[in-house]
Amino acid sequence: MNTTIRILRYGDYDAMQKAGSNIPATNSSNHATSTAPEWPLWEVFVRSKQGLDHKHVGSLHAADAAMAIENARDVYTRRQEGVSIWVVESKYIHASNPDEADSFYEPASDKVYRHPTFYDLPEAIKHM
Amino acid sequence: MSYQPTVSQLIHLADNALILGHRLSEWCGHGPALEQDIALSNIALDYVGAARNWYQLAANQINSLQDKAAFPLNAQGEATEDTLAYLRDAFDFKNFLLLELPNGDWAVTTLRLLLSASYQQLLLQQLSTNEHADVAAIAAKSLKEVTYHVRWSEDWVKRLGDGTDESHQRLQAAYHELWPYIGEFWENKLALPIDIASMQAQWLAKINQVFEASHLPQGVLPTWHQTGGTEGIHTEHLGYILAEMQFLQRAYPNAEW
Repeated sequence: MNTTIRILRYGDYDAMQKAGSNIPATNSSNHATSTAPEWPLWEVFVRSKQGLDHKHVGSLHAADAAMAIENARDVYTRRQEGVSIWVVESKYIHASNPDEADSFYEPASDKVYRHPTFYDLPEAIKHM
Repeated sequence: MSYQPTVSQLIHLADNALILGHRLSEWCGHGPALEQDIALSNIALDYVGAARNWYQLAANQINSLQDKAAFPLNAQGEATEDTLAYLRDAFDFKNFLLLELPNGDWAVTTLRLLLSASYQQLLLQQLSTNEHADVAAIAAKSLKEVTYHVRWSEDWVKRLGDGTDESHQRLQAAYHELWPYIGEFWENKLALPIDIASMQAQWLAKINQVFEASHLPQGVLPTWHQTGGTEGIHTEHLGYILAEMQFLQRAYPNAEW
């Protein structure tokens, strides 16, 4: 039986994909990284200490919410960055369209009276 | 009379942490996904950190002995965490055999971690209330880390057991490979101040709860088991670990960088 061995070099994959060439399937049983891209993407929000709000810190891949939280713990809080983690699957985040930035955000730029900067705040009030 | 840990007990605790930590560190850069790579590297570092604490405590004890020359010493004639980690041979190591076995596949790696971390968790719970302040403090610190290791490995074992046909078969194979090594946990040959009987029952209940969720048959404590680690009789794998881990110190003694 004749077997053709094709050696793939860096960059070949992309070129073959564009040319519609048949890319040899990777054997998933001994090539574990092939499972990773199938995991959905999650956005991670970390609260750095009590009383502050959760901030977006990045994204990661995970099979489900439980794994996403563990992965977030391992990837984003290993230097004491947080005390609480939220994760949400990226597909559930709906974003404004950058093309509409003019109509969305420009109108606010000349309406300075919307800022509460004309009030005198007591010294005791912080975080305003 | 208040409890004083023996040097052998401390070295046993340290060796367990160091050898498992070294094994897990072998996954660094080879994890199945970036996130899991980082997770395992974190866990490996937890164990290496715990090993340092136990070795330091052991070194303090050794340095107060009359015949400390029986242990590896540095140029100043002192035992340190480094001399204990880098200058002992395989027959001086007292870790459980389970921990020196090769990583195998993801199923072996995660199941081994579950079996070991569940034991460690119960052990450290008991040591954390020990009357010896240093032992209690190290145990309490490690306990928090190990609690997460149990959670992480438990999740993976369940995922593999409840996953595809192949992942289940691999978990099954891992179980058959590792199970003969768990008996060493319950020998307590070094007479650690712990209640082994209650630990054993709790451990088996915990493991079987995970096995049930993983569709594995319930584990029964083996009537025969692999043994020897705590007495320095090891598998052939430990020598290879030490060869890699100790190479620099052996080839270039007291090297600094």
